[in-house]
Amino acid sequence: MSDEFDYKIEAKAADATTADASAPPIDYVPPAERPEQELYHSKSWWTTYVFSQDAKYIGVQYTCVATAIAVVGLILSLMMRTQLAFPGLNVLDPSTYYQFVTMHGMIMVVFFLTALFLGGFGNLLIPLMCGARDMVFPYVNMLSFWIFVLAILLLVSSFFVPGGPTGAGWTLYPPQAITVGTPGNLWGMVMMLASLVFFVIGFTMGGLNYVITVLQARARGMTLMRLPLSVWGIFVATVLALLAFPALLVGGIMLLLDAVLGTSFFMPEMISMGEKLSTEGGSPILFQHLFWFFGHPEVYIVALPAFGIVSDLISVHARRNLFGYRMMVWAIVAIAALSFIVWAHHMYVAGMRPWFGYFFATTTLIIAVPTAIKVYNWVLTLWRGNIRLTVPMLFTLAFIITFLNGGITGLFLGNVAIDVPLSDTYFVVAHFHMVMGIAPVLVVFGAVYHWFPLVTGRMLDEGLGKIHFWITFVGTYMIYTPMYYQGFLGVPRRYFEMYESSYASTVGLNVFITVAALIVGLSQLIFFYNIINSARAGKKAKKNPWDANSLEWQTPEMPPKHGNWGNELPVVYRWPYDFGVPGIDKDYIPQNVSPSQVSGAKADKT
Amino acid sequence: MTIAFVLFLVVVGTLIFHIWSPWWLTPLASNWSGMDETLLLTFWVTGGVFMAVGLFMVYCVWRYRYQKDRKSEYKPEDKKLEFHLTWITAVGVVALLAPGLIVWNKFVTVPENAVKVEVMAYQWGWNYRLAGEDEILGKTSIHNISDDNPYGLDLDDPNGKDDLLVEDADLHLQIDKPVKVLLRSIDVLHNFYVPEFRAKMDMVPGMITFYWFTPTKTGEYEILCAELCGTGHYAMLGTVVVEEESDYSNWLAQQTSFEQILAQNKTIQLTEKQ
Ligand code: HEM
Ligand SMILES: [Cu+2]
Ligand SMILES: [Cu+2]
Repeated sequence: MSDEFDYKIEAKAADATTADASAPPIDYVPPAERPEQELYHSKSWWTTYVFSQDAKYIGVQYTCVATAIAVVGLILSLMMRTQLAFPGLNVLDPSTYYQFVTMHGMIMVVFFLTALFLGGFGNLLIPLMCGARDMVFPYVNMLSFWIFVLAILLLVSSFFVPGGPTGAGWTLYPPQAITVGTPGNLWGMVMMLASLVFFVIGFTMGGLNYVITVLQARARGMTLMRLPLSVWGIFVATVLALLAFPALLVGGIMLLLDAVLGTSFFMPEMISMGEKLSTEGGSPILFQHLFWFFGHPEVYIVALPAFGIVSDLISVHARRNLFGYRMMVWAIVAIAALSFIVWAHHMYVAGMRPWFGYFFATTTLIIAVPTAIKVYNWVLTLWRGNIRLTVPMLFTLAFIITFLNGGITGLFLGNVAIDVPLSDTYFVVAHFHMVMGIAPVLVVFGAVYHWFPLVTGRMLDEGLGKIHFWITFVGTYMIYTPMYYQGFLGVPRRYFEMYESSYASTVGLNVFITVAALIVGLSQLIFFYNIINSARAGKKAKKNPWDANSLEWQTPEMPPKHGNWGNELPVVYRWPYDFGVPGIDKDYIPQNVSPSQVSGAKADKT
Repeated sequence: MTIAFVLFLVVVGTLIFHIWSPWWLTPLASNWSGMDETLLLTFWVTGGVFMAVGLFMVYCVWRYRYQKDRKSEYKPEDKKLEFHLTWITAVGVVALLAPGLIVWNKFVTVPENAVKVEVMAYQWGWNYRLAGEDEILGKTSIHNISDDNPYGLDLDDPNGKDDLLVEDADLHLQIDKPVKVLLRSIDVLHNFYVPEFRAKMDMVPGMITFYWFTPTKTGEYEILCAELCGTGHYAMLGTVVVEEESDYSNWLAQQTSFEQILAQNKTIQLTEKQ
């Protein structure tokens, strides 16, 4: 081993000097700072297909498990919608309704979107896009996935414990979460918290991996400011998550102690269903602070990877350089930093000192500025582009509209005085579904259509893709836009029976929303059919099917083999957005094409 | 090109839906017109941005659709454009935030003359307490709550003796008199919300939260609990009746004070305590 190591360092050094002396200076790339790392090679069926240590494979494993649990979350939501629109059918009773709301919310936010973007796309894209052979700690990466599976199993088994899953709302606010007026207040709660604890542990293992790989394992020439925005988004989101999840962890553990051992971290002196509890002195609001200190960054943990991925999709499919790349990177970093000082905008009416309102409203609205810049830059990337209306592009366009819609309604809720009438109404339900539910999911779909060939070597069916796209985009828009208006009317969220305002009936509207939701839900079958069918018998993809520049498409084989790069690691000469560069025929220049290979091109220095 | 057309429909359709929609803010019945005005301002400013960005996108998708022999413009940055967009957005945000903060300032500054009314929430219903003649609400503690003392009033506090206990889901208020609602919960979180008044605030066990408003229209308004409080959350409704002074006085005269209640059920338990 050590011999091999020395040899490699020497080889690198020799390589660098020769390159230095002979190649034209325009192609100069600094030598690698660290020697190549030995790859783990699996030896048995188990270590190849189950406990795989190949990041690409782990990414696919994460994606499959996260999608499977999302299907559960989706089915729960369709049953809720059916209950709301057709109460006569008695699909649910109040307890199950609250249990389903809770499980749906937690599944979608944490176990689906967080796991999918960071565990799924992070593992698939980071090593490939950075030009690395794998994550830096492949073994820990494998453990991360299996701990995630354990967390999912705990979560699902909470459906089968006495009392059923918790019905506390995904925010798990005490005292209600652990007192008898709420379903699943003991076992359901214990399972939920245990599941979250394992999720955080598993995520931390993966997260350290993603961060260190981005910082330490990039190919020669891949400066930070040449990274595709997908990597930037996932990287910054991971840093956020590493800082935010501990707040959830401590809050969760203390709540667990309150529930099981009768401590009073969050429990005041109180009465529960006519019985005086023995707790006293705890602060329910403290839990809310801990929860939202995690919960708000969590929104961006989901959103930033989506921002990043969508930026790449836009640029590739509009055949145009991403507009304002540096601004985009700084916007991501600024949003991430600000996201730690806005958490209490979820608590304007929670009973904290009213003077907090000024501070948190101001910080919250400041975030609107970098967020708006991102939207402008996406649209300006389309402007004077040469837009290919592929399925990923369609999803991207739908994302922009949906995110814009959800984003501007955030300006209502962030502005404390307007939040007073709107908070805890359906306006909020519409807002967060648009901005952190539907918008990221549209990106997921776009990304799946885009990177499917990279994983399977085959294309997804375009026709089915378009049908799926139309129903999903138009359908979800029709589900959530009317909900804003229910919110204006004052219809509160988390109501088992929709509140009927005496000013305007929303009965018909509820039926409309539910029908739209059922159609959207069912139409996902088209997507799954497309995936399964195309993976087996889809059209074979050519190499680099979208004419993209980033490194994941430049591997010697496609789909990339173990170790990604064959014998030689790629060397990077430019940013990933050299589309439409004047002076050459081709409309794109991959990142590993040296300036001397495209000598006529008048690309900006990046 | 279907997409350009559908995006156009979505953007314009949203506007049409808004114009056609019978669902909108309930008629205001309190002094918080400032909230409505800020909301409307935000609605039209952000709505304008939504339309503008959306329509520009439609234009781009249509105008720059793929042509084999065309190339996109190569222009990674445009410092001037980015700068202008940034400050225009910043100005817009300040223009929305400033009126919002002014309204919030009014909301958290309770006028001296506001009548204090306690709203006490429990799983799952509402009770109220009025100050009585001395205009001071007596001290309470969850500790003191018992069958005979459902509000947990402090028996040693003379201010509590004349407090009127309204053990009923209906609260009556006098029109045009500012009210400060003192919000209290004996069990879990709740939230006292009347859509027509616009205001809401959580009730937290162990704390007394508050807000104020002036009812400006007579009528009956529904109280909704706006914070998940367990299985009965959706059914935790009540009524506020806003009436003229004479009707209000009639109602007030029918309410019983804590002292009267104590006298009514002089139980052994109470004597022991004294
Ligand atoms: C078509 C897909 C979806 C439908 C039909 C749907 C429907 C619903 C419904 C009916 C509720 C309960 C509303 C209430 O009673 O207050 C809800 C809550 C929620 N949903 Fe969705 N949803 C969908 C997708 C998503 C996605 C993708 C996310 C991911 C972020 C998400 C996150 C949430 C959250 C966080 C809650 C709040 C849970 C709580 O109040 O504790 N949903 N959804
Ligand atoms: Cu937030
Ligand atoms: Cu409630």
